[in-house]
Amino acid sequence: MTETDKSLLVVHNLSVAFGTKDNPFKAVDRVSFHVEEGEVLGIVGESGSGKSVSSLALMGLIDFPGRVTADELRFKTTDLQTLNEKARRKITGDEISMIFQDPMTSLNPSYTVGNQIMEAIEVHQGGSKKERLAKAIDLLRQVGIPAPESRINNYPHQLSGGMSQRVMIAMAIACDPKLLIADEPTTALDVTIQAQIIELLLKLQREKQMGLMLITHDLALVAEAADRVVVMYAGQIVESGPASEIFKAPKHPYTQALMNSLPESSEGKDRLNALPGVVPGANDRPNGCLLNPRCPYATDRCRVEEPGQLGPRGRQVKCFYPLDESGRPTYE
Amino acid sequence: MLQFFIRRLGMVIPTFIGVSLFTFALIHLIPGDPITIMGGERGFSEDKRAELEAMLGLDKPIWQQYFVYLGNILQGDLGTSYVTSQPVLSEFMTLFPATVELTVCAAIFAVITGLTLGILAAIKRGGLLDHTVMTISLTGYSMPIFWWALLLILLFSVNLGWTPVSGRLDVMFWVDEVTGFMLIDTLLSDEDGAFLSALSHLVLPAIVLGTIPMAVIARMTRSSMLEVLGEDYIRTARAKGLSKRRIIVKHALRNALIPVITVMGLQVGLLLSGAILTETIFAWPGIGKWLVESIGRRDYPVVQGGLLLIATIIIMVNLLVDLMYGVVNPRVRHSK
Amino acid sequence: MTMTSETQTTVRMPQTPLAEFWSYFIQNRGALIGLCFIVFIVLLAVFADFVAPHHPHEQFRDFILVPPAWTEGGNIQFWLGTDGVGRDILSRLIHGARLSLLIGLVIVTVSLVLGICLGLLAGFTGGFVDVAIMRFADILLSMPALLLAIAIVAILGPSIVNSGLALSLVYLPHYIRLTRASVLTEINKDYVISSRVAGAGALRLMFIVILPNCLAPLIVQATLGFSNAILDMAALGFLGLGAQPPLPEWGSMLATAREFIQSAWWVVTFPGLIILMTVLAFNLMGDGLRDALDPKLKQ
Repeated sequence: MTETDKSLLVVHNLSVAFGTKDNPFKAVDRVSFHVEEGEVLGIVGESGSGKSVSSLALMGLIDFPGRVTADELRFKTTDLQTLNEKARRKITGDEISMIFQDPMTSLNPSYTVGNQIMEAIEVHQGGSKKERLAKAIDLLRQVGIPAPESRINNYPHQLSGGMSQRVMIAMAIACDPKLLIADEPTTALDVTIQAQIIELLLKLQREKQMGLMLITHDLALVAEAADRVVVMYAGQIVESGPASEIFKAPKHPYTQALMNSLPESSEGKDRLNALPGVVPGANDRPNGCLLNPRCPYATDRCRVEEPGQLGPRGRQVKCFYPLDESGRPTYE
Repeated sequence: MLQFFIRRLGMVIPTFIGVSLFTFALIHLIPGDPITIMGGERGFSEDKRAELEAMLGLDKPIWQQYFVYLGNILQGDLGTSYVTSQPVLSEFMTLFPATVELTVCAAIFAVITGLTLGILAAIKRGGLLDHTVMTISLTGYSMPIFWWALLLILLFSVNLGWTPVSGRLDVMFWVDEVTGFMLIDTLLSDEDGAFLSALSHLVLPAIVLGTIPMAVIARMTRSSMLEVLGEDYIRTARAKGLSKRRIIVKHALRNALIPVITVMGLQVGLLLSGAILTETIFAWPGIGKWLVESIGRRDYPVVQGGLLLIATIIIMVNLLVDLMYGVVNPRVRHSK
Repeated sequence: MTMTSETQTTVRMPQTPLAEFWSYFIQNRGALIGLCFIVFIVLLAVFADFVAPHHPHEQFRDFILVPPAWTEGGNIQFWLGTDGVGRDILSRLIHGARLSLLIGLVIVTVSLVLGICLGLLAGFTGGFVDVAIMRFADILLSMPALLLAIAIVAILGPSIVNSGLALSLVYLPHYIRLTRASVLTEINKDYVISSRVAGAGALRLMFIVILPNCLAPLIVQATLGFSNAILDMAALGFLGLGAQPPLPEWGSMLATAREFIQSAWWVVTFPGLIILMTVLAFNLMGDGLRDALDPKLKQ
């Protein structure tokens, strides 16, 4: 699926740079993607891939010394870059919401859960205290918290990790957002709770027909939940396309490596498959393709020239020699 | 909540006992014995000396003397001034309101100014305001307080003539002492201009006394705010689309103030120390000046009693601060 | 098809701890200024006899209350003017630096050394000894520093030695607490346990194994303690409880200056100014030390 004028979110060449002007560190490097109404976009990558930073840039949460630039940053028909601060704030938390990785530290410890949810409603929708309270209790019920009438007066430290994340979700959907960004929503939670939270997110997404950006390092999760997927490495998008296609036949060596490192692919072997080396940091970005020091298929061309996005719109790879169906690079 | 209070109270009692031990020991470190000192230059005859010894219980073993001392304290008998022959406690109570008035005004000044400067510096981090506030703060607590007082007197009283040099009230006013607090008493009396006079006498000493606490509070508020502003829940608040003002006032401040309150509580000790110097310079008739004078006059019961009383007050205030901390920080309340 | 990779990487040589600390430290301009000033004033203090134009106790009967050299009525012989009995203020300030720095050093050293010993003992031994020492520290801390010092000096008699003693006692609990807290953090770490197992005795464990790792906060506190010592010493001098005349201690110079506040502003201004600058320098340096020794605390 390609982006259209009806797309919910369109991002073109988004970059986020830190450091000095002459020696910038590009945490996000010319990243482009789009989200459609009611669809789930998965953004996959290791830590350091720039996936979280991209979403923060969308929300306008990147501060000095980070610098955000983009050719286009469009939400529905609104150009986010031309909005003044007040107008931006109006959309934030209302039409675009975000939930974060660690729910235990993402809630203000000095106020009750109910107070914080009601605040979101108050700022964007208004209403009397009674109305907001009723709505807040209803939201807690929607996210599956038992006995919401009493929970509403709890302080965050009185809740478990899973509960806290549910509260965060309740706060995020309070104003019926069109787009929900979930940045590693389950990484900090127990394994048993993780599935519950994802289920909840997907259920809400279906019911409300929200666009959902699911950011995670967990491939298996994305395989199940996402409609389309974008794979990031060291601040760049290396592959994008429908989830089913990407997982059946990954075209980028990095995606292939990610798939191979899933425990399932190592069944019968002594060790987990892993790519040698580590993600480049600020001071050791290689020339040419960023993956080349670690890529088993790298050629001289890869070490010197940076590949562009190859392939049809909707199924692109940033590689000179995309893998074919049997997983081998197409050197010719 | 009650449990919390009782636990804290329990910790206070041994400290109080310790302080009383200390003040008791202090007197017994004086070179020479109390009776010789009391006798001054004339001295006492042998019989008189024996009589005094028995009366003061100085012939009993030292640990017994301590328990007598402790018992006396708990009944409110802190000895009698050598100079005025008045009970130490009652002298203290007469002069205490003046010090309280000064200290409270200084504290109000310190808190309002310090908090404001600290918050502004944190919000505009790295800017000119930030550096200015930090410089003011640093200079504030590097300054000898008595010199600062002299400077301000030089500028405002001597050169500009805006404020008086010393005392609490112009000599021409006569005001009935109802509460001991000049600001209130002058309002209650029907002397015209008395209140303004009291206020103008209060301004300079309060600013001088409050300068160091202000500097400390400003610094502490700034660093606490900066830390809080970097927390995850502030990011969540921004993601909710809240206005900057709301984020700072509602979300950040509440959490940032928690360590600042502890610091404010610790400032009380500093305020009382500073009061000693400030009162001396401004001839402010409070317990600070009283203590300094009694040292010069070798009035040991006053020194001992004054020290004990001030220490007790500080312990009480610290207890209060602890309790307030429990109110403000829900996590502390619910912990075991 | 692999050839030798030529990825561009920058490798930095790791610095020694001292070099690393220094590079952090000099980034802090304030700390650097503080350090320079301290060096300057230490030199003044050491070479006071040569640098000061006059003897600090010498009274020039014909030059009483002479204003600073650059003002009307000033005299080039007395750069900063003279006081109420005709003594040169500049010379007194310079010799006063020697006094203040020396006594400050003594105070900080005594309370530091004693505080470390007690803190090590408390943290290491635990049990009753620990409780007793901590109670003692708590009691001292519950009384305001200056007040306590005043009381002690009142009892012992006013002199520079007694006030030094009093202040050493008053600062003691801070070092005890700091040391004990560090010891408690370190004592369960592997390197201590392995030293123990290797047979290290208690003294060795305390001073050679654990103490070096607790030094950072102690150094910072000692530097800040220096500035407190100077301020409190001056306060005691101002109240007439510290250095006795004619010693040129900065605080006592201000005490005698009070009566001249309306007639001779220079007698009041300069002693206080030098106290301010010295204390400021120590505070700046202390802050710089704290930031450099633990970059996590950088603001």
